[in-house]
Amino acid sequence: MSELQQPESNTKVSQPVATQTPSQIAAALQREQPNSVSEITTALGETTIVVARAHIVAACEFLKTTPGYEFNFLADLCGFDRGPEEEPRLEVNYHLFSTTKHHRLRLKVLLNEEDAHVPTVTTVWRTADWHERETYDLFGVIFDGHPDLRRILLPDDWQGHALRKDFPLRGYEPYSLT
Amino acid sequence: MSAIANIPPQFEIVDQPLDSQMTISMGPQHPSTHGVLRLELVLDGEMVVKTTPDIGYLHTGMEKLFEYRKYQQGIVITDRMDYLNPLGNNLAYVMAVEKLLQIEIPERGQVIRVMMCELQRIASHLVWLGTHALDIGAMTVFFYCFREREKIMNLIEAASGGRLTPSYFRVGGLMMDLPAGFERRVQQFQNEFPKALDEFDKLVTGNRIFQKRTQAIGYVSAEDAIDLGLSGPSLRGSGVALDIRRANPYTGYETYDFDIPVEHSGDVWARYLVRMREMRESHKIVQQTISRLKPGPVKADAPKVVLPDREAMKTHMDALIHHFLLVAEGVDVPPGEVYQPIEASKGELGVYIKSTGGPKPARVHFRGPSFVNLSALPQLSRGCMVADIVAIIGSLDIVLGEIDR
Repeated sequence: MSELQQPESNTKVSQPVATQTPSQIAAALQREQPNSVSEITTALGETTIVVARAHIVAACEFLKTTPGYEFNFLADLCGFDRGPEEEPRLEVNYHLFSTTKHHRLRLKVLLNEEDAHVPTVTTVWRTADWHERETYDLFGVIFDGHPDLRRILLPDDWQGHALRKDFPLRGYEPYSLT
Repeated sequence: MSAIANIPPQFEIVDQPLDSQMTISMGPQHPSTHGVLRLELVLDGEMVVKTTPDIGYLHTGMEKLFEYRKYQQGIVITDRMDYLNPLGNNLAYVMAVEKLLQIEIPERGQVIRVMMCELQRIASHLVWLGTHALDIGAMTVFFYCFREREKIMNLIEAASGGRLTPSYFRVGGLMMDLPAGFERRVQQFQNEFPKALDEFDKLVTGNRIFQKRTQAIGYVSAEDAIDLGLSGPSLRGSGVALDIRRANPYTGYETYDFDIPVEHSGDVWARYLVRMREMRESHKIVQQTISRLKPGPVKADAPKVVLPDREAMKTHMDALIHHFLLVAEGVDVPPGEVYQPIEASKGELGVYIKSTGGPKPARVHFRGPSFVNLSALPQLSRGCMVADIVAIIGSLDIVLGEIDR
């Protein structure tokens, strides 16, 4: 049986001499930009960095462009609502991936409800465009500098943000397109 | 936009418009938009100047619904997202929950998961091939593809009882073990399928009309593809050898022998070739899983998570109690958050689950490959002809159920 042999294309993919683990990268980001990182947690094999809102673009740029980290792929961007009584209430999660190093990292930005603004990362990865529109649509997070911040899944005249915890499952009233 | 530099020279004409631009609406009932997708096209003669996709017609609030359902009830919702690859959706979701619960599933369960997922990938690619060729005008292929797909649908039905919505993978394992004689039926499909693939190659790959309609259309460079978040075959058509099954292996994919097909021309034709070769690779993996199927349990030994066997419930008090508690109260999942990516048939399918404890998730988010791949359409369709739009959409292989969720 030849099934257990390591496939060739696995080795062909360039592996760095000393690959840093995501938690080491998080520590490096903290060294490099001490103001931006407020918390680093590693749980269930995933590293999460809580980044200050004002520094999110700089942190993303650093992680994308630094050789050895190369987070050139924004896998996902999504929001989370902790609930109306929580402060800070809203979270924005950035799931970073490197197509060369194959490691993953999660950045997290915490936002207050009254001031749910965060700078856009469409300047770093263009794929953030629709993800940010979706997060705006469903959570009401405003991405400053986004080129086209409109609702994407729900109709333009929809009231409220459907994935917030205080939005009822069945809505406030039956929605009609006419 | 910086990407204009990467557009081949024959498309440069966009920047010198004629005096007659017009905006038309394509869809949402257009048969080539694979569901209910509306495109707002700005045309200059027959040339596309600007494409703006308008989505949301199928939005049913699935991510909201997850928050009001127990973890195990969420599995049936995932079936309805990418309805051409429901087992892939099941897998990503249950793996995310298993990661939160930190349970391992036994070897046989893993092998069956791989086998079913690869069969599902072939089925998904067959629908893509049929509809893609149909969009371009080759109608016959569609019938041959659905003939082959029917065999896989029958296999999935035999294992799970459902064809389009199997919900076969459960948290901690599988719904039940494979029925008797299943390996023989899979082997029969395996024996027939290479002949069918050769038939498709004869019908489509060598077809000069098909080549003319797909070559040098919808070009995207490797850098742009990564920047735009393309994944799966759409990324590998641009020369990036990235496959999550290799990059972040799961359910034992690192032990299987298969190649990652890559093409470098970055056009519709390249993405076509990648998917055609991927079906052969999936066929190879299924063959390996058959030889690996050894008798054994298919569910993890975790009575507080996995439903007990029907027989055990009739004789064992504790099995009955666990069954009652699981159905009535659900699984108590510890707080935490996970992002579980898998290589679905269309690209990276990521599931983000946030748990704050209790039987229901606080947030479930699906990173659908179709959603992200479609967001690259304005870039890919710049400067093409109206008739090429359907070829480009076909090459991205989108499913609106997953885009709108």
